[in-house]
Amino acid sequence: MELIKAENVSKEYQVGEVAIRALNDVNFAIEPASFISFVGPSGSGKTTLLNLIGCLDKPTEGRLTVADTDVAGLDRRQGAAFRGEHIGFIFQDFNLMPVLTVYENIEYPLLMVQNVAAAEREERVRKLLDAVGMLDQKDKYPDQISGGQKQRVAVARALVTNPKLVLADEPTANLDSKTAYMIIDLMKKMRDEFKTTFIFSTHDQKIVGEAEIIYTLVDGAIAGRQVKGGNDNG
Amino acid sequence: MGNLFKIALRNLRRYRRRTVLTASLIAIGVLFVLVFVAVSGSFKNMIIGQITDSMLGHIQVHRKGYVASIDNLPLTLNMKPEAMAKLEKTFQGMPEIAAYSPRIKFGGMFSSFTETTNIRLNGVYPEKELKTLPLLASRIVEGEKAIRKGEVIIPELIARGMKLNVGDTIVIIATNKDGSVNGKQLRVGGVLESATGPGGRDGYLHIEDAVEILRMDAIEISEIALRLKDFGELNAVNDTLNAVLLGEVNKQGKPAFEVHTWEGLSPFFNIARMIDIMTFFIKLMLIAIVLVSIMNVMIMAVYERIREIGTISAIGTMPGKILSMFLIEGFCLGVFGAIVGNAAGLIIIFILKAVKVTFEFGRQTGLVLSPTIDVSDLFVVSLIVIGVAIIGSLQPAFKASRMEPIKALRHV
Repeated sequence: MELIKAENVSKEYQVGEVAIRALNDVNFAIEPASFISFVGPSGSGKTTLLNLIGCLDKPTEGRLTVADTDVAGLDRRQGAAFRGEHIGFIFQDFNLMPVLTVYENIEYPLLMVQNVAAAEREERVRKLLDAVGMLDQKDKYPDQISGGQKQRVAVARALVTNPKLVLADEPTANLDSKTAYMIIDLMKKMRDEFKTTFIFSTHDQKIVGEAEIIYTLVDGAIAGRQVKGGNDNG
Repeated sequence: MGNLFKIALRNLRRYRRRTVLTASLIAIGVLFVLVFVAVSGSFKNMIIGQITDSMLGHIQVHRKGYVASIDNLPLTLNMKPEAMAKLEKTFQGMPEIAAYSPRIKFGGMFSSFTETTNIRLNGVYPEKELKTLPLLASRIVEGEKAIRKGEVIIPELIARGMKLNVGDTIVIIATNKDGSVNGKQLRVGGVLESATGPGGRDGYLHIEDAVEILRMDAIEISEIALRLKDFGELNAVNDTLNAVLLGEVNKQGKPAFEVHTWEGLSPFFNIARMIDIMTFFIKLMLIAIVLVSIMNVMIMAVYERIREIGTISAIGTMPGKILSMFLIEGFCLGVFGAIVGNAAGLIIIFILKAVKVTFEFGRQTGLVLSPTIDVSDLFVVSLIVIGVAIIGSLQPAFKASRMEPIKALRHV
């Protein structure tokens, strides 16, 4: 059973009088616990596709289902609830709350989105802090830790709600290559441990190779699908 | 909810300088309002106290039509003994009335044998008058603080103008309601400090002397001044009295009496109303200050945190919670400003009270300002500030909650 299924998905933006087709008739299916990368040049539609999968936007045409839910049918509140329950996000700029400590940032989705009880919250946050190696930094604020550490916190925050899917848009773009590999390794480790599907977009060809399935996007269409150990252009 | 407060307070601390400046602006607004309310309220209450406790009483009852002609002091509109008896019975049945004083008011000529002037006089029962007007005795600046038979308490202006002293003999000549003139020799028993307002320059004498001068067969009363046990009950007692006396009609079937509170008799009531209107406008200014400063700060807060809003919205925070986050931030700013403003206001009021600021009102000098503020005023001002702070945060908070996460995340 697919976790994500895109059938003839297109997305068009209206910029003034001009209609820009960011995605054109995209079809794919993603299984649970996959480790997937979308690659392609700027403007190829990677971020648009991640936004659609993340229920942050709606397709103009076609049908996109995530965890058996048609994302086009969700209103603002339902979209927020769906994201809170099923999807974790990792951002290029980490996007941690500057007024919250490392611990509180990871705790935030449990506290403010899922209303998890205190004891369970603490257990889950500590487990993830330990998993990402940030337990000793838990009381620091984001401006007191490095970029790599921030992204590890962001990974923990994305996973703390036990989502089915984690979406990462250019998660290593603001990191040096050593840290970038460390983050990708961490994401893989988390996928293995929590059986969460990770989808990330990237420009970085070295990082791309870390994905198990690579979708190449060109001009809003899927130009290729590469499975590690072989090519699949169908 | 506690976590929303925690985030709101930390965000306020994050922009410390802006928070302090905004809260200070609100606090200064609150301070000015409280000091103004306290000082103007103290001034108003003191003057009302002077007027009601040394001249008018809280309520006055007259024969219907008397007040319209009150400048002429018409003896023909005095109340007969039967009417007075009815009124006394009514007053005695009302526990809200602490005291009442019947008066015969008349105008006459006042002669020191070498000079003559005109004078307005009140013939009163001394005990009743002093009970109804507890501050009257304090206005007697020379002589004994009493109104005795055979004596007249004269206004300070006449005493000075005619160079009269306590113990001097004078003559009062008046025309009675039948048109005949009569005079009586009296002794100056005291000199009465002038006060601003109706009755502020009247003289006093014993009611029996007034009856004799006016050659009345029986005592006919011009007005009755009433003192209430609780001044706060003024309007309620006035309504009750009006309702009770409405049943008393004259031969023409029209109401026999008219009832007026001090408000209807003293021009100071208009000044008091002006003070209330000024207080209202000062409060409006406070509302404007709070509204503009909170809105400004919260619009900035939302603008600066668009990406944060996008992030928390993307990870599933409900729009209502985002709205609450910003509303609570505005609420906390309001509370902070109100607390500091209240504390500073109370300190300033305490200092003003301690230094005993004096002021003049009309011919009255050396009135000591004693500013006080009711707990209810503190509550009302605080509630206004906090309420307006929340209202001021509404639009930015609503904007934040309605923000599309995808657009917010793209914001640079």
